Amino acid sequence: MSSGHIVKSFDEELEDVRNTIVEMGGLAESQLEAAVRSLTERNTELALKTIEADRAVDDLEQEVDNKAIRLLALRNPVADDLRLVISALKIASVLERVADYAANISKRVIALNTSPSLAPVSSIPRMGDMVRRMIDDTLKAYANGDPDLAYDVWKRDQEVDQLYNSMFRELLTFMMEDPRSITSCTHLIFMAKNIERIGDHMTNIAEIIVYQVTGEMPTEPRPKGDKTSVTMIENENS
Amino acid sequence: MQIQADENVEAQRNADHGVIIATRDVNVYYGDNHALHGVSLDINKHQVTSLIGPSGCGKSTYLRCINRMNDTVDGCRVTGEIMLDGVDIYGPEVDEVLLRARVGMVFQKPNPFPKSIYDNVAYGPRIHGLADNKDDLDEIVLTSLEKAGLIKEVQDRLHSSGTGLSGGQQQRLCIARALAVRPDIILMDEPCSALDPIATAKVEELIDELKENYTIIIVTHSMQQAARISQQTAFFHLGEIVETGDTEKLFTSPSDERTQGYITGRFG
Repeated sequence: MSSGHIVKSFDEELEDVRNTIVEMGGLAESQLEAAVRSLTERNTELALKTIEADRAVDDLEQEVDNKAIRLLALRNPVADDLRLVISALKIASVLERVADYAANISKRVIALNTSPSLAPVSSIPRMGDMVRRMIDDTLKAYANGDPDLAYDVWKRDQEVDQLYNSMFRELLTFMMEDPRSITSCTHLIFMAKNIERIGDHMTNIAEIIVYQVTGEMPTEPRPKGDKTSVTMIENENS
Repeated sequence: MQIQADENVEAQRNADHGVIIATRDVNVYYGDNHALHGVSLDINKHQVTSLIGPSGCGKSTYLRCINRMNDTVDGCRVTGEIMLDGVDIYGPEVDEVLLRARVGMVFQKPNPFPKSIYDNVAYGPRIHGLADNKDDLDEIVLTSLEKAGLIKEVQDRLHSSGTGLSGGQQQRLCIARALAVRPDIILMDEPCSALDPIATAKVEELIDELKENYTIIIVTHSMQQAARISQQTAFFHLGEIVETGDTEKLFTSPSDERTQGYITGRFG
């Protein structure tokens, strides 16, 4: 329902929670972008900054928690208001994880930069960009209360999983061919896994948005394309 | 007069949470004022049903149809069907005095008689001839006070005046008085709006216990109260039922925008 509450400060407090989530999401998105860029540019300074920026997202999560708890205690929200507050609590905790993944990528960039580049990094920016756009659309869907866009994001995660699968295989092959690359390739696999997990988290938020707007959780099983947990590469000599 | 349940009906009603009151297309007019428009609602046995809605929406009018309290209002006309265990309570053979024993009522303001606590509770059983002797009557009075959660507070002053009790105790005395005539259904019209939070909590706890043996319909302005104590909720607006269903569903994801607007404080 579009019209405001009789008590206007209630509207302001709900809006404030919503804005804090969007701000958090914006920060998490730019941290992912910076983490990936620090990899392609071999930019240790940017990686350090990105790690440092994680604290701001942690602080915002705390802020969302405080505001949501206050709303629950003082306003007794129900129906769509209740769903907004509960969704904000859940989304904030997911976004905090997203920023952690970006920080973890940055830490691995710093480690990689201590030795010459031995591994192919080209798939990471592609995956990073795909997932960054997922974050962007998720935030748009959240801000506009658009379940269709949320559902679209939800479906796109499968492409990320497929890219991750092929990258996983590529890096395994690379390591077999040149054991000196094992350290850097392992870091890259973890980076790719981090990005892939961020994509999973976006599907999670997309589901929360659908619930928040419609009151119903999506019933379709979540698309799952990450097959690396069961992947084996056979050695040709064995 | 079929309104007292016979054995067959009793057996049928023991099917848990079946419909005890079926209301179909009920219209109420106060003279020219059309107060209730085609209300249809099923009330489940041994559950608490809340009626919510802004002032003047018809929820109290509906409540008062169920024990024919509106019969006492000049110029009031009720059409449609209210079936209590399959019997139309507006049927010509129904004795409204017996109906009101079976469908008890508790009002917003506690209204004990200016009599002793004992006599307040004994009043109904006496006029309905429910006790054969003094021991029977004592038993009914004490059991009713016990069920109303009041016995511990009043057992040593049963013969003091009911009006000397606190507001919350008076309200529970009125509930005991309603229970004394062995009703199946208890109607409550904003029973806690004149009570402080502790007294309210005691009445809410009591309602929760009473639903094991009674069907309760409560009109309340407190949506939190409706959410806390009822299993079913009906939202009234401008003399119509807008939405009815499980309380949990209605307060987490209502189907109608008007319900959402009202319960979230956007209009009313």
